[in-house]
Parts: sequence; C-alpha cells; structure tokens
Amino acid sequence: MAKKIFERPRYLKENVYHYCPGCGHSIIHRLVAEVLDELAIGERTIGVPPAGCAVLAYNYLDVDMGEAPHGRGAAVATGIKRMLPDRIVFTYQGDGDIAAIGTAETIHAANRGENVTVIFVNNGVYGMTGGQMAPTTLLGQSSTTTPGGRDRSRDGMPIDLSQMLAVTGGSVYIERTAVHSPKHVRRTKKALAKAFKTQMQGLGFSLVEVVSQCPTNWKMTPADACRWIEETILSFYPLKVIKDEVGDI
Amino acid sequence: MTEKQLMRGSHVIGEAAVRAGCRFYAGYPITPQNELTEYMAGAMSRIEDGVFIQAESELAAVNMVIGAAMAGARTMTSSSSPGVSLKQEGISYLAAQELPAVIVNTMRGGPGLGNIAPSQGDYFQATRGGGHGDYRHIVLAPASGQELADLTRTAFEYADRYRTPVMILGDGMMGQMMEPVTFPEPLDLTGLPDKPWKLDGAKGRPSRVILSLLLNTALEEELNWKLFRKYETIAQEIPAAETFMTEDARMVVIAYGTAARIAKGAVKALREKGLRVGLLRPVTLWPFPDRVIRDMSRSVADFLAFEMSTGQMVEDVRLALEGRARVHFYGRPGGIVPTPDEIAGVLHTRYERSGLGGLS
Ligand code: SF4
Repeated sequence: MAKKIFERPRYLKENVYHYCPGCGHSIIHRLVAEVLDELAIGERTIGVPPAGCAVLAYNYLDVDMGEAPHGRGAAVATGIKRMLPDRIVFTYQGDGDIAAIGTAETIHAANRGENVTVIFVNNGVYGMTGGQMAPTTLLGQSSTTTPGGRDRSRDGMPIDLSQMLAVTGGSVYIERTAVHSPKHVRRTKKALAKAFKTQMQGLGFSLVEVVSQCPTNWKMTPADACRWIEETILSFYPLKVIKDEVGDI
Repeated sequence: MTEKQLMRGSHVIGEAAVRAGCRFYAGYPITPQNELTEYMAGAMSRIEDGVFIQAESELAAVNMVIGAAMAGARTMTSSSSPGVSLKQEGISYLAAQELPAVIVNTMRGGPGLGNIAPSQGDYFQATRGGGHGDYRHIVLAPASGQELADLTRTAFEYADRYRTPVMILGDGMMGQMMEPVTFPEPLDLTGLPDKPWKLDGAKGRPSRVILSLLLNTALEEELNWKLFRKYETIAQEIPAAETFMTEDARMVVIAYGTAARIAKGAVKALREKGLRVGLLRPVTLWPFPDRVIRDMSRSVADFLAFEMSTGQMVEDVRLALEGRARVHFYGRPGGIVPTPDEIAGVLHTRYERSGLGGLS
C-alpha cells in the first residue's frame, strides 16, 4: 500500500483559504495547526485572532477561538490564560494590530510575563484595509498612505517591536523567522514549536515574529514578493533569535 | 445571612462581587473609585482561584475581562467617567459577543477630565449603549449601602442570565458613604449552570468560536434582531423602581442614586409642611421603569426630574409619559451636590406654580 506522505493537519478545517495567492498567512496557519497536533495540545488550546487579514483565522484553525478587538489580543489572551492556566493560549496578530494599535497591550503582557504565545505576522502593510502604511513599512516603501514612499521625517522609522519586547522583564523567548522559502518555513515551524513548549512549561511570554509576504499590497507576483523579502526586508528585519532565556526544550 | 457591618460603599461592591462569585477583576487607578480596585486586589489574593490584574489602561482592563468572560468566569471591572469612556470599546464587544461581565462606573464631574466630585453626567453613555453599534446593556442604580450589596449580586446574576454586560452606575458619594450592610452568603459556584458557549479547549467536542465579525450583512442583521429580542425580554422582566410617599402625591420627583437620596430628604421635609409630594426612584435605568411612571400619571399631573447633570434621565421620563403629564426639571451638573433644602425649595416653588396649593 502506498504510504501517505502529505495530509491536511488535524487542526486545519476543510475550508478554502480566503487569502490571496502567495500570501504567507496560509503557510503560517498550516504550521500552527501542525505544531498543535505534534505537541498534542490542540484540544486544550484557545486562539485569539486579530482584526486584519487573519481575522478569519477561526475559519481555518480547528481549535476554540475568541475574537479580540483590534490590537487587544494580548489583553484578551491574558484574561483567558489567567482563568485557565492549564490551557494553551495564543494570539495571532498582524503588524498593524500588534505594533500600532495594540502596542501597549502587547508590551505590558510581555512585561508581566503572561504565559501566552504570540504569533506576530509582519508583512509591512495593512493588508485587509487595502495597503496603508504599517508601523513596519520600510523607508521608501510606497503604500496607499505613503504614495511617494515612507519618509523618515514625516512618517518615522519602521518599528522593531520584537526588539522592544525583548527588553521587557517577562519575555523569555522571541525569534524572528520568515516563510518565503522552504528552509525558512521549516525554521518557522521549529520556532513555533519552541514558543508553544515555552508556554507548556510555564516559562513566560513567547513570541515568534514571522516576516510574511503580501504580494497583493506589495503589487508583486508571489515569486517577486519572496525575492523582495530576501533582498530587502531582511536587511532591516534580520532573522534571528532575539531573546532566549529558555534554552533547549 | 451574615452580621451587619459598617462599610464604605466601594468596599461593599467589592465584597458583594466576591460573594457573587466574581473571580476575575482588572482595573486601572482613577479617582474616586480606587478603593474598589484596592479592595479587589486584597480580596482576590485571598481566594485560591481569584485573579486581580492592575492593567496598563482601562482599555486593557476591559479586554482582559472579555478574555476571562470567554473562559467562563464571573468577571468585573470598574472605573470612573473618563475611564469608562475608554472601556466603551470593550463594552460594545461584550454586547456583540454576548459575554457576561459587570462594569462599575463611579461617576465624576465631566466632560473631559472634569473633576473628582460626584456627578450623574454619564446617564446617556450608560443607557444608550455608550460604544459603537446597535446595543443596550442593563444599568443598575443603587442608592444605599445595602442596595450596593444587593444589586451587585443581582448584576452578576443578570449578566449570566442574559449573557450581557451589566453596569452598576454610582458616583463618588455612594462610593465613600459608610452604611451598615448585611451581605448574602457567598455563592456556591459549583451550583451555577454550565456555560455551553465558553472557550476552554475543544476536548471531546467541536471547536467553538466567539466572534463579532459578521461580514455577511444578513447574519449581522440576524444578530442585531437577536440582541433586540433579548433587550425586549429584559425590558419586560427586570424594570424596577422604588416609590416613596407617592400614594396621594400631586407632584412626584423622579431621581436616581445620590440625587434620589437628596430628593427623599426634600420630600420628607415638604411632607412635614403638608405638601403632597412623593419620590419615584428608578433602580434600573436601562430598562427604564416607564410603566410605573406611566401608571402614576393617572393621578399625578406634575413630575419633576432631578439630576446631578443638565438633564439626561429627564428625556426618559418624557418618553415614558408621552405627554400624559407635565415634566419639570432641576439639575446641578459639574460635581455640585445640592442639599435637600435646595431641592425642597425648588419643589415647593414648582408645586405652587403648578397650582397644586401652598402651605396647608
Ligand atoms: S492582502 Fe496581503 S496579507 Fe492580506 S490576504 Fe492578501 S496577500 Fe495576504
């Protein structure tokens, strides 16, 4: 009999993604579903989706999900986790959600050392609202609200939220990864697994920032979007372990 | 029942919340309600599964409450006027997601930063659904220490029963006053009905979603009508008001909370002078007890709404009466707390001008 080598992960629903072709969200969702299954925690996991392109994450991830207002994921997750400390709680947030409107909630959740996992998808743009400048938009990058490119004196510098979170006392594991090549997809999955394990062991706040492609709002083909990540984004947002007080787990 | 205790109003709410099974409290410092937050910090630390969080903002606090409510807990947050404005985002989501929670607003003078004196300027915000969207929530207006205890228990019951946020609307005066209170016995949480919608991990059951995004307009309309029907049920089932010396009254003051206490003093004083005045005190502000007011208009032609604002509840009085009686208004906004004498004077003048007679 033929050996099955590829199947739909247990915690991924049979719905067709609404994401654009070449969008990084589809890959990241799948990785989350695989990790929940491999760590056997899917039945005790509660996810908090954001406002943004991934707002419909509950249509795909087959775990309990409670929708947060825009940016408040970390606060909602705090409430859930504090009442149910033996459950696994994660938020899934985009850059606008987490690094603009939700900055305060995120920094303080990290600083309190909330034992939750944050999946921070950084694609440098407000996707769902149609491509406005995000806090993470690169200098010179055009968007619908920076038609001539992001200008430092007018729009400020792109923010590095993960670095900011790393200096809080309660964060223990923060890594930036990407999903524009198979190598990076595998690395992202490892990071997600480590983040969830950090939570399972009660060690504190964990976050994986995934640099992700948004071909639609970057106005690129999926292949060009992947190249642009490698050639441009990663020079400002280098992939690395930003903080690790956890070690090998 | 436990012993009578002399206790400050804000502490009464805290103790009553704990006894009602509140296990999650998040708040942010703001005067004049810090005593409640501080009480909850102490009380929650003494309960094994109790959680207290001093949040980084009112916004964060109410969103933590959303999370804890999703997890099935009895939850509370509290603040004062400017802070409650910040909470409105979360209150709209609580309403949309049909999550039970109790929100205490110890009103102070406003708008803006205002001051820290007792006020009733947030009536509109509280009773009209202060956040975005088409919703209402229950608003309870206690007027004594004992009622703070009783209505706090009721607030948690209503929140669970109707799956809705419930607001306790008081003011700085109510929070500070010391009155003897008898608390109900602590609730046995194991006896409460299960919440078959809560999020606790999809073990042995299909996964659940609690959301408020309904891109399909037909579904959003359905949610709105569903909430509307719930609000209609609430409006049938829970309106409450206290009446005082209204049986033979020719003029009735309508006031709630601290204003009602002041008005009661005025009514007593005028009764001693022989004026047939009475007091009607709404205990639920939403739903507003309009039937009892309407019924009263069969024998009373003059009502005077008294509020510590420029006139907000008076609109509900007019709506309740639909022109069946004259509605007068007297208000002191901005944190001014008038004396019973002042209100007695106003009432007396109105009474005479309305041709109801002078001193007997
Ligand atoms: S707009 Fe961008 S982020 Fe949103 S679904 Fe499309 S590709 Fe993905």
